[in-house]
Amino acid sequence: MAKEIRSAAGKKRGLWKSVKQNRACYLMLAPFMLFFIVFTVIPVAMSLPMGFTDFDMVQKPKYVGLSNYTTLFLSDKVFIRSIRVTLIFALLTGPISFALCFLLAWLINELPGKLRTLFTLIFYIPSMASIYFVWQIIFSGDMNGYLNSFLMELGITTEPIQWLTDSRYVLGVTIVVQLWISLGAGFLALRAGFQNIDRSLYEAAAIEGLHSRWQELIYIVIPSMGPQLMFAAVMQIVGSFTAGAVAQNLVGFPSTDYRAHTIMTHAYDYGWVRYEMGYASAICTLLFIAMYICNRLISRGLSKYND
Amino acid sequence: MAQTDIRKLKASNRRAGRKIRGTVAIAVLLTVLGIFMLFPIYLAVMMSVKPVEELFIFPPKLYALRPTLDNYRDLFDAMHQNRVPFSRYVFNSVMVTVSVTVLQCVFASMAAFVLAKCRFPGSKLINSIIVISLLYQSNVIYIMQYVVMSKMGLIDDPLALILPSVASPLALFLMRQSMSQIPDSIIEAAKVDGAGLFRICWQIVIPNQKPALMTLIIFAFQASWNIQSGSLVFQEQYKTLTTAAAQVATSGMARAGVASAVSVFILVPPVIVFILAQRHVIETMAHSGIKE
Repeated sequence: MAKEIRSAAGKKRGLWKSVKQNRACYLMLAPFMLFFIVFTVIPVAMSLPMGFTDFDMVQKPKYVGLSNYTTLFLSDKVFIRSIRVTLIFALLTGPISFALCFLLAWLINELPGKLRTLFTLIFYIPSMASIYFVWQIIFSGDMNGYLNSFLMELGITTEPIQWLTDSRYVLGVTIVVQLWISLGAGFLALRAGFQNIDRSLYEAAAIEGLHSRWQELIYIVIPSMGPQLMFAAVMQIVGSFTAGAVAQNLVGFPSTDYRAHTIMTHAYDYGWVRYEMGYASAICTLLFIAMYICNRLISRGLSKYND
Repeated sequence: MAQTDIRKLKASNRRAGRKIRGTVAIAVLLTVLGIFMLFPIYLAVMMSVKPVEELFIFPPKLYALRPTLDNYRDLFDAMHQNRVPFSRYVFNSVMVTVSVTVLQCVFASMAAFVLAKCRFPGSKLINSIIVISLLYQSNVIYIMQYVVMSKMGLIDDPLALILPSVASPLALFLMRQSMSQIPDSIIEAAKVDGAGLFRICWQIVIPNQKPALMTLIIFAFQASWNIQSGSLVFQEQYKTLTTAAAQVATSGMARAGVASAVSVFILVPPVIVFILAQRHVIETMAHSGIKE
């Protein structure tokens, strides 16, 4: 924008003219932009200044300088732990779920039409379902839990394992369930991407001497799917950095020893439970920054495929 | 139709040097993975039809010995006992999902068309903002959104369930990607014929975007159907069906069986929409393939 304004400064009249010429464009953009600005841009923009205030939704926000941030990093031990949990969580679920989306979309695409539809549905259903209580029963700590009863029947364990409360297992269980629900928009985008690849490319490749599906993947598929890969990566980043709901619903809030306490859970705690909006804003701002950096890194990595 | 499809695929596979063995192996692998993915869903369905006394037998059974619909009956009974009639929840849910889905598709399509096909002052900036904001479409902004909405007096207003979801950067992004594939020559030709941008968008571009529209509908329906109205509206008469059902699941009187019935009941509509839309997407793609 700044650049455009500067270049336009000399020929202000030219800019005005082209704005007027494109009035129809602005009119068609207007409805979307109006709601986008009110419900997305303003909230995101507000979280930055709000992070410097003390605000409880009742009284006016009070400016407190950097104190929210100093508290976060210097005295909030739970926050420091939540950074670690979020990093472990995001570094495990992000790449694994991305790889899962890609591999499953690829394998499904190798099947004939009817089966494709069926398998796409099967793998997509979990992302629509919120059935945490079933997972709670699967991982239940008594002998009635499906996993415990299964393991005991096989003789692998003799005692039921406290999957949902033992601090050694809490994060692992959360990661499994998060992966289970993570085949969402990114997965569908990759499915469509594979479907759009012209089959004649495969035929041509066979003539050129590529014979395994694996070679096709490397030489045909990946180079022609840059945009979808990027999109899926963004979706999985958002999903893994802002996960919190799974842990809250599965292993309780707060989880044992804060083992599954993500940054998002921390923000939820201060925003919704304690109504300390200033503090919650500071946490959200940090999360925005982390996600943005991560996104830049990935887009740089994929840029050679992106046009 | 299906016959020729399969024959074509076979021929194409032969030319591409595919072996049928590989395809079978892939199908088997996916079936095994699919069973794992569906297992919790299967359990939810089974538990929703188990009578109470079967929920706690040891070792836990993977199926219901005497399936019953009691849990579903209890769920609807409990929702009927609220101060507002059941039909009110249905009405609220239909209102919210239909208005969010329609407005999201209309607004996103128009904006996407302009952003994909027109150059005007500010278009580059808006394009890059949309890509960045994909990152921020999540629960991270709910807290700030809530503050903005309470300043606007939207809390406890039925509009609070609709307005925040109307402009979806995800929908705009997907639509823009899809529309940018349309050749410029078609639009230029329509311009020469004297059609305005608005008419080009509605009569030429959007009718050709069925697959993208279906994708948008899937996402919009899913999001609006599952909307958590609990923190946005407090009056019982504004709550949606899913919220009312979830209330039954978390209230003290509920058993595990009723909770399963709730989640199965909530899951069914999005799955149906997905199945219908997906078939459409595949069909549309098949047609475009034949034309070539």
